[in-house]
Amino acid sequence: MRAFDYHRPATLKEAASLLRKNENARALSGGQSLIPALKLRLAAPAALVDLGAIEELRGIKLDGAVLTVGAMVRHSEVATSRDVAIGIPALARLAEDIGDRQVRNMGTLGGALANNDPAADYPAAVLGLGATIHTNKRAIAADKFFLGLYETALKRGEIITSVAFPLPKRAAYAKFANPASRFALVGVFVSEGAGSVRVAVTGAAPCVFRAKDMEKKLAANFAPDVLAKVRVPPDGLNSDIHASAEYRAHLITVMAKRAVAAAVAGK
Amino acid sequence: MNAPVIGQPIKRKEDYRFLTGSGMYTDDVTLPGQTYAYFVRSPHAHATIRSIDVSKARAAPGVIAIFTGDDLARAKVGGLPCGWLITDVNGQPMKEPPHPPLAQGKVRYVGDHVAVVIAETLNQAKDAAELVDVDYATLPAVVNAGDARKPGAAVLHDIAPDNTCYVWALGDKAAVDRAFAGADHVTTLEFTNNRLIPNAIEPRAAVAQYSRGDDAYTLYVANQNPHVERLLMTAFVLGLPEHKVRVIAPDVGGGFGSKIYLYAEETVITWAAKQTGRPIKWTAERSESFLSDAHGRDHLTKAELALDKNGTFLAMRVITTANMGAYLSTFASCIPTILYATLLAGQYTTPAIYCQVTAVFTNTAPVDAYRGAGRPEATYVVERLVDTAARETGIDRAEIRRRNFITQFPYQTPVALLYDTGNYEATLAEAMKLADVAGFEARRKQAEDRGKLRGLGYSTYIEACGLAPSNVAGSLGGRAGLFEAGEVRVHPTGTVTVFTGSHSHGQGHETTFAQVVADRLGMPVENIDIVHGDTGRILFGMGTYGSRSIAVGGTAIVKALDKIVAKGRKIAAHMLEAAEADIEFDRGNFKVAGTDKSVTIGQVAFAAYVPHNYPLDKLEPGLNESAFYDPTNFTFPAGSHLCEVEIDPETGQTRIVNFTAVDDFGKIINPMIVEGQVHGGLAQGIGQALLEACVYDPESGQLLTGTYMDYALPRADDLPSFRVATKETPCTHNPLGVKGCGEAGAIGAPAAVINAIIDALAPLGVRDIEMPATAERVWRAMQNTRELKKAA
Repeated sequence: MRAFDYHRPATLKEAASLLRKNENARALSGGQSLIPALKLRLAAPAALVDLGAIEELRGIKLDGAVLTVGAMVRHSEVATSRDVAIGIPALARLAEDIGDRQVRNMGTLGGALANNDPAADYPAAVLGLGATIHTNKRAIAADKFFLGLYETALKRGEIITSVAFPLPKRAAYAKFANPASRFALVGVFVSEGAGSVRVAVTGAAPCVFRAKDMEKKLAANFAPDVLAKVRVPPDGLNSDIHASAEYRAHLITVMAKRAVAAAVAGK
Repeated sequence: MNAPVIGQPIKRKEDYRFLTGSGMYTDDVTLPGQTYAYFVRSPHAHATIRSIDVSKARAAPGVIAIFTGDDLARAKVGGLPCGWLITDVNGQPMKEPPHPPLAQGKVRYVGDHVAVVIAETLNQAKDAAELVDVDYATLPAVVNAGDARKPGAAVLHDIAPDNTCYVWALGDKAAVDRAFAGADHVTTLEFTNNRLIPNAIEPRAAVAQYSRGDDAYTLYVANQNPHVERLLMTAFVLGLPEHKVRVIAPDVGGGFGSKIYLYAEETVITWAAKQTGRPIKWTAERSESFLSDAHGRDHLTKAELALDKNGTFLAMRVITTANMGAYLSTFASCIPTILYATLLAGQYTTPAIYCQVTAVFTNTAPVDAYRGAGRPEATYVVERLVDTAARETGIDRAEIRRRNFITQFPYQTPVALLYDTGNYEATLAEAMKLADVAGFEARRKQAEDRGKLRGLGYSTYIEACGLAPSNVAGSLGGRAGLFEAGEVRVHPTGTVTVFTGSHSHGQGHETTFAQVVADRLGMPVENIDIVHGDTGRILFGMGTYGSRSIAVGGTAIVKALDKIVAKGRKIAAHMLEAAEADIEFDRGNFKVAGTDKSVTIGQVAFAAYVPHNYPLDKLEPGLNESAFYDPTNFTFPAGSHLCEVEIDPETGQTRIVNFTAVDDFGKIINPMIVEGQVHGGLAQGIGQALLEACVYDPESGQLLTGTYMDYALPRADDLPSFRVATKETPCTHNPLGVKGCGEAGAIGAPAAVINAIIDALAPLGVRDIEMPATAERVWRAMQNTRELKKAA
């Protein structure tokens, strides 16, 4: 770890100003990716702006047809929230299976989205539910937010404040975990909402994406069997020591079927 | 007071210390004026060093000194030695390339040591290390054992232009060839024994101090055998007088073999402590552990088993290429030879066995003993062959084993070992009962109904512990003794301190050894402390590896206890005014036979140190005895491991649903500790079979599994609740009847797991799968057979 300045602003405005003023400043939320990177000297920001003291980034709210989760809400809070359990139980279960207990007690929704790790779980839920990402500047639709490998639509100094999830009729997440990291080797989030079906895939490609062929089939008939022969082509999928692109393509179908089955069963 | 203590599941005395954070590990040692070392490591798998410019780094804040290979060469610091000389098939000594602690002219693996920076703080050392400017000219690299001898492969060492350390063989080749020629059936398999990274929870660490006043060194180091460390370092590398170096291996958090060896880091900082006049600490970061701890396994093998029509094993032929890594680590050369080929008889009467081993250098971290060390590799060969042969001949897998089990002891194998005792049928029968083999077909059917493939795998393994005797090892190339030392000091008030050359780094010696003493001397274990890991306090000992501690170290303590009792008898005879021959000793009491006259060991001890009423004319005062014990043979733990798996055919994911281990460790001192050792070994064996793989990029030689994000260690939820039991056939050649238990789990488990997977997949036509049997590999194996079937 190299030396850096440390700020812990109490307001969003102050945080944004600190990030704007210091070109090499990084926002720190749960720190579950950033702190290890600092320790390994893979990242060496001049300053860290810790968002942990900003009250307006906290809280979970279920209001009508929308579940709003603050950017600094920890995974463990989502996993155990009554509002999440009522509104989108699939989201609670996804959060419950992120990393390990320590990670869940520190990691945050906003941090996970801003980092956009290609194998993270949350991007699948955000994209798979068609959520809206609110920042201190604007609202960004999930479809416009995840741009590529560790790349998002966020601009410098822009801070995620909350995420608004429309409540689906039914939804589920199925993950095949990498045995080493327990990140998603392939994770598929499916949801059936007002007039639309979404299938979002994480872990398989450089960035979370929607499997539109699957969505079409499911829109006609929301049942696992309709996916049996739908295969995302392996071209462009990740291939590494943990899994080939071909195997990942196969797993997408298997996990999508399982997610649909779970959604149908209300599990 | 007089109840037996041996065999009791006494809670570990050391755990209070560990669980309350009051252990003293090397990194906990902080000395006045302490500085920090950080090593500049090679980012390349293979490169010549054109130049090293340390001027910028030397000027960085806090820097005290920077040393490179040239500095060490100028100071005549030697290379790290190898402790076992293998003689090749042509009678030539193995190739022993120089292994400088800091690279000289060339680096040979990613993580190889290039320079050391010593600074006031660790961060300053790391900052300065980034300023060390090394000009490398990269060279092509070779990382896989199978590529090392190919024409055109990169050459690591001038003295081994074909990257070959040795070609070695054991067994009667002509007899084996004859048996194969007349066989009714031959089973052939080719496989990799996957390379593993040890992953002790405590990373390697060292603190070195030099005292100018008495020209003496103290080295704290996370190590399994401090005397061996000192001997190798002083005599072969630094040229220091042995009595001027004290090596302390305090609490050590796991070793699994990886802390046996003399490494570059502690050697360099010991030397540098004198140069700088300041104590120096080095603690490996986890990334450094991955890169530079000696790795394990890494064999390529072709194995054949010849059988007659009744399923009787006639002969075995095993051809192995073993990866040594870039340099020879301390005991690297004997692992795929002395500790591998000798185990190929397994539990069977196979009359002729031939094994040829080619050891090669590659641009990877050195490979050495890792929990099991050669024996897991041998067991994997034997047990995969036996299972495959059963399947091919249609003989039941338990039955083919029974037909070939050794039942008469002692048994001389065709590969040099003399098994003293065992009862393989008994462990197998017990394991089959515990695993409910009878109910397996019903469970398989139920699994099928749930859409799962279920399989049952056997592994009936043998291992050899307590490497012995010294003179035999010496004749086979061993360059060290294989005895152990123990000293028993009975204090005037009757409590006891035992000094042992064995080293505990998780094994629970402080409890087990205390039980041995408590049982003999009739006192509570609380009255006995075990001291280990300090060359300044204990006799010259060989340390802990190869599951030798209780069999060899425990026996040394028993020998010392014999002397204590013998002397105590003399003292008691005087105190009780009886003839020495009439004194009986039983658990702490010296008694005149046939009378009620007795004295306790405490009274005897007091008399020995306050010798007022004492035969001073015939006997020295004091009650302090020591013994060295050199074993007459190995011990031979053996057992049956049965693994039951369920495979998800859609994903290929394997889940272990049951694992049963019935082991014969001879007499057991503390069954709870033994069970813990078995659990740990099984976890590592299952890890090898399902999860763990050290992967280097074949082109660049970069380590691709350098963090826990990529190297899959088993976790609790990867493992079932183990069913563990023991059967006892006491070892015949040590007084405790003990055999050792530390490695058995890791030795037996891999073959049991893979055999179970093959059992599940055999109906689909799958006959082999590589370790680790990842979900993708299983899925592919199923895909391939489906495609083959389609094509046919």
